[in-house]
Amino acid sequence: MDVLQLQRKLREHQAAMLREGFLDDQFSQLQKLQDESSPDFVIEVVKMFFDDSEKLLNNMTRALGQVPVDFKQVDAHVHQYKGSSASVGAARVKNVCATFRNFCETQNLEGCVRCLQQLQNEYSLLKNNLQYLFRLQEEIQAAGGSIPTIE
Amino acid sequence: MSLLHVVGFGLKVGHLLWVPCCLIVSFIYLNWFNCNLGINHNHNCSNNNKWKMGFLGDYDGKVWLNNWWEKNLGNTCKQYYYKYNSLRRSWWRKLWHAYVVFWIVISSSRFLHMSSEATEKRKESLVSLCDERARMLQDQFNVSMNHIQAMSILISTFHHAMDPSAIDQKTFARYTERTAFERPLTSGVAYAVRVLHSEREQFEKQQGWTIKRMDTLEQNPVQEDDFALEALEPSPIQEEYAPVIFAQETIKHVISVDVLSGKEDRQNVLRARESGKGVLTAPFRLLKTNRLGVILTFAVYKKELPSNATPDERIQATDGYLGGVFDIESLVEKLLQQLASKQSVIVNVYDTTNHTDPIAMYGSDVLGDEFYHVSTLNFGDPFRKHEMHCRFKQKPPWPWEAIHSSVGMLVIAVLIGYILYATVNRMFISEDNYNEQMELKKRAQAADVAKSQFLATVSHEIRTPMNGVLGMLNMLMDTDLDVTQQEYVRTAQGSGKALVSLINEVLDQAKIDSGKLELEAVVFDLRAILDDVLLLFSEKSQGKGVELAVYVSDKVPEQLIGDPGRFRQIITNLMGNSIKLFVWQFTEKGHIFVTIHLVEEVVHSIEVEPQSTSKDTLSGYPVADIRRSWEGFKAFSQEGPLGSFSSPSSELVNLIVSVEDTGVGIPLEAQSRIFTPFMQVDPSISRKHGGTGIGLSISKCLVGRMNGEIGFVSIPNIGSTFTFTAVFTNGSPNSKEGRTQQINNQPHLASSEFHGTNALVIDPRPIRAKVSRYHLQRLDIRVELVSDLDQGLSLITNGNSAISIVFIEQEVWDRDSSISSHFVNNTRKVDPPKLFILVNSNSSFRASSVNSGDPFPVVITKPLKASMLAVTLQRAMGVGNRGNTRNVELPSLSLQHLLRGRRILVVDDNSVNRTVAAGALKKYGADVVCVSSGKDAISKLKPPHQFDACFMDIQMPEMDGFEATRRIRELEHMASIEDGDGNNSKLRVPILAMTADVMQATNEECLKSGMDGYVSKPFEAEQLYREVSRFFPTS
Repeated sequence: MDVLQLQRKLREHQAAMLREGFLDDQFSQLQKLQDESSPDFVIEVVKMFFDDSEKLLNNMTRALGQVPVDFKQVDAHVHQYKGSSASVGAARVKNVCATFRNFCETQNLEGCVRCLQQLQNEYSLLKNNLQYLFRLQEEIQAAGGSIPTIE
Repeated sequence: MSLLHVVGFGLKVGHLLWVPCCLIVSFIYLNWFNCNLGINHNHNCSNNNKWKMGFLGDYDGKVWLNNWWEKNLGNTCKQYYYKYNSLRRSWWRKLWHAYVVFWIVISSSRFLHMSSEATEKRKESLVSLCDERARMLQDQFNVSMNHIQAMSILISTFHHAMDPSAIDQKTFARYTERTAFERPLTSGVAYAVRVLHSEREQFEKQQGWTIKRMDTLEQNPVQEDDFALEALEPSPIQEEYAPVIFAQETIKHVISVDVLSGKEDRQNVLRARESGKGVLTAPFRLLKTNRLGVILTFAVYKKELPSNATPDERIQATDGYLGGVFDIESLVEKLLQQLASKQSVIVNVYDTTNHTDPIAMYGSDVLGDEFYHVSTLNFGDPFRKHEMHCRFKQKPPWPWEAIHSSVGMLVIAVLIGYILYATVNRMFISEDNYNEQMELKKRAQAADVAKSQFLATVSHEIRTPMNGVLGMLNMLMDTDLDVTQQEYVRTAQGSGKALVSLINEVLDQAKIDSGKLELEAVVFDLRAILDDVLLLFSEKSQGKGVELAVYVSDKVPEQLIGDPGRFRQIITNLMGNSIKLFVWQFTEKGHIFVTIHLVEEVVHSIEVEPQSTSKDTLSGYPVADIRRSWEGFKAFSQEGPLGSFSSPSSELVNLIVSVEDTGVGIPLEAQSRIFTPFMQVDPSISRKHGGTGIGLSISKCLVGRMNGEIGFVSIPNIGSTFTFTAVFTNGSPNSKEGRTQQINNQPHLASSEFHGTNALVIDPRPIRAKVSRYHLQRLDIRVELVSDLDQGLSLITNGNSAISIVFIEQEVWDRDSSISSHFVNNTRKVDPPKLFILVNSNSSFRASSVNSGDPFPVVITKPLKASMLAVTLQRAMGVGNRGNTRNVELPSLSLQHLLRGRRILVVDDNSVNRTVAAGALKKYGADVVCVSSGKDAISKLKPPHQFDACFMDIQMPEMDGFEATRRIRELEHMASIEDGDGNNSKLRVPILAMTADVMQATNEECLKSGMDGYVSKPFEAEQLYREVSRFFPTS
């Protein structure tokens, strides 16, 4: 595929992700942090985020499965998840986390479970989208092009 | 007199009482005083103190007592103070009542005592009076009695012992008459002879009358005139008779009466002859005078008898009986008349031989005093007993003296007591009032604190969601929006920003109100700050066609020590205010010009040159006279223009900053309250331009905190000039050169690159030219100023120095395109200098510049800034072009500047967050180490510190950020104690909280646990810069 075409695709995809709220400005900031000294910074961080997410989601599922539910424990996990999603700029995940925490506070088990499902949903969507994004980047790099930044 | 005494006594007693009372009261109050000290009632105490000093009269004494009381009772009292207040009050009331009762008792006892004394005295005088009278009466009686006794001897000598008798009735009467003066008390004397029955006849014959009996006489007391002896019956036959043979003329009628026949007389006679002494009868009415009298009877014996003769012997020896009639009444009367104070004393004399029925001998029944004295009278007759009763005629007078003295004493004591009681009561009341007021004050303060807290909290709470709104709007801006939508979003964004800044202002005001505002003292670059501010306002001003300019005198040091944030805030407020004043203007043309000088410079310029013409301003519009804006400054008016600023101290830098605009000006009626918080110039203006009206008041406070003054002058429709002074410290003058280099090098990338370059500025307005020159000089470019193109051309072509850059004001360029092109053509002949046109705004220039042909001069949009100039010049001249023409934002530039080479520890349990934070910090050149828990952080952060700063997540499992910080601070504290005065930078590491949750991370909480501030997560460049710049003033 043509490099320019790939670049356009990447731009569009990223813009779409921003538009649809999967990502926010923080992700762009993250990209700005990437330079010659740390060429794979964004991917590293996002990979870390994926690992973290899976671990935390498992923890949340386990915590919500217990009887009785320790909402404080759940809340701690959600807080962690909120922090890391904010750091990578995963806006929708972050927003769901905020709602989740409200449910934790009111000890609404049903709401929590719904939120957890939503989180898992959002997470898988985000993961797919980001993986696609990185694949495009890889392809561009393989084709010898530079990755365009989004302002 | 007595009253005076009483008052004197009262005063004396009062004084004696007063002193101990004072002591007691002062003791009690010292006690309270200490308590008060404990509860921090300083104000009241000082008053108390004065009062007490007066009281005790000696300061040392007070101090001593003070200590004593403090030691003994102070603490206890403190605790129970409030509890016992009411108790003490009732105690005082009881004491007062007891006091009154006590004094009533004292005074009444005194009254009793005095009145009893008076009665006693009265009694004594009565006794002495009575005794005196009795003695005199007795004496007089005795005299008479003696005389009668003497007469009895006379009779025994001349009547019985002689035969024939030498005395007959006539002789006797004459003798007695003539010697009557000797017996003043006797009204008469008679002699009865003892006649036995056997001798009766002979005796009757001899005398020529019969012996008459007396009882009828006694039974029918007859008047003197009718008295006839013949009427008396002859005495019946008796064993013996005692007919009167001699009698004084006055009682001649008793001659021949048998004395023994009278019952009373008989007894008398019998007793007299038995005893041989004078014997008295019971009192009886005298025949003639009808007065009370007694008869004294003496027996006349035949021979002298021994004193121990028996009664029988005496009876045998009896010859006759001599009797004297005593007129007791007149006797006593006479006697009393001789004596003083006879009026006041009533005397009664009684015969008390029969106790149960005393016979009154003298005296009336006039009522007198109930009290009387009894003196016994001894008239020489042991059988008869007489008594004299004396009483005062008047009732005892009211004991006025006692009444006066006791009542006076009571009144004085009660008065004194009342004064004390009232004083103490008053103290209680004022104490209560004081406590009440303290309570109110506390409540008011608490309310004030609560208000400030509320303000702060609410502001904080608003800020958090507002940040969300702004972020969302930012994101919205990045999406595909049509023009209208973009406009809406921009408006929303602007409003949001305005709201946030307003909230910040309110927070500031709350801080100022609560006195929590503290200024920092860090090294900063004034010029960089002004560039910042300029950048902030450039967009706004461009939109309005207002020219912005900054000029800093080159005498102002590069580095100052002070609070850059607050300084920036003042300037921002003033400029914001100026911009606001522009909006209203119809034409909206003009300028805002910020100048900074040393005060010394300005003062000199005042003296040397009078203000240049009003035309000579930045934009050509007239401005308000700057000098009038500092007319009110104290520092200027005092001690001459140079007075306080001529000090040679190089440490302090007195800056004078003025912000000049050509806006609508402030209405005259609003000028007086412009610095009052929440006061708007005009509600209608605020509605148009927004703003709370606290910006200027905050500025005034801030200026005050910088030891400066603020003033302004405003002329409607011409403009306003705000001027303020501020005092900063010169930033380390020793290393000045080195630092200057650094500053110039780092942010403005290219200053050395232009070293030695010559530039020409063509500008007809000297002030504007000066501003241009200022900015160019900051880039180390030498600048020549000329006022028009022709001069410029001649300078370029003929000048000695090679001019490589020419800056032309837009207005000069536009004036005449032919001259411009002529200028361009001519300059091209020589070594062609680069041409730059300085324009106010892009839009207004484009139209005219298109036709000026090739080579198209580079357009620089004002406001001028050194950094922007450098970039433009680099680009245009190709000097050191790095290909990176990205417009670097100042915060990130400065962040790089601040963070390069710093060792920073990032603490976060979340690996993603940690990596991102570390990445961001690394981006700015910092050397970052990451740890994942509070415990690791503590192990890394042991003084002396290896790190320059630490960013710490707050919410972490096991040990949260607050706890970790607290422990680190403890370690540091211990280390600093051990170390003594070691260098502080190694002993205290700045710790900043990282949080995604702004609500949770209130500043106070951070500060409480020893943190130095907080940054949001993920980092925002500007906030990061703000926080970090506090700890790393320069690299």
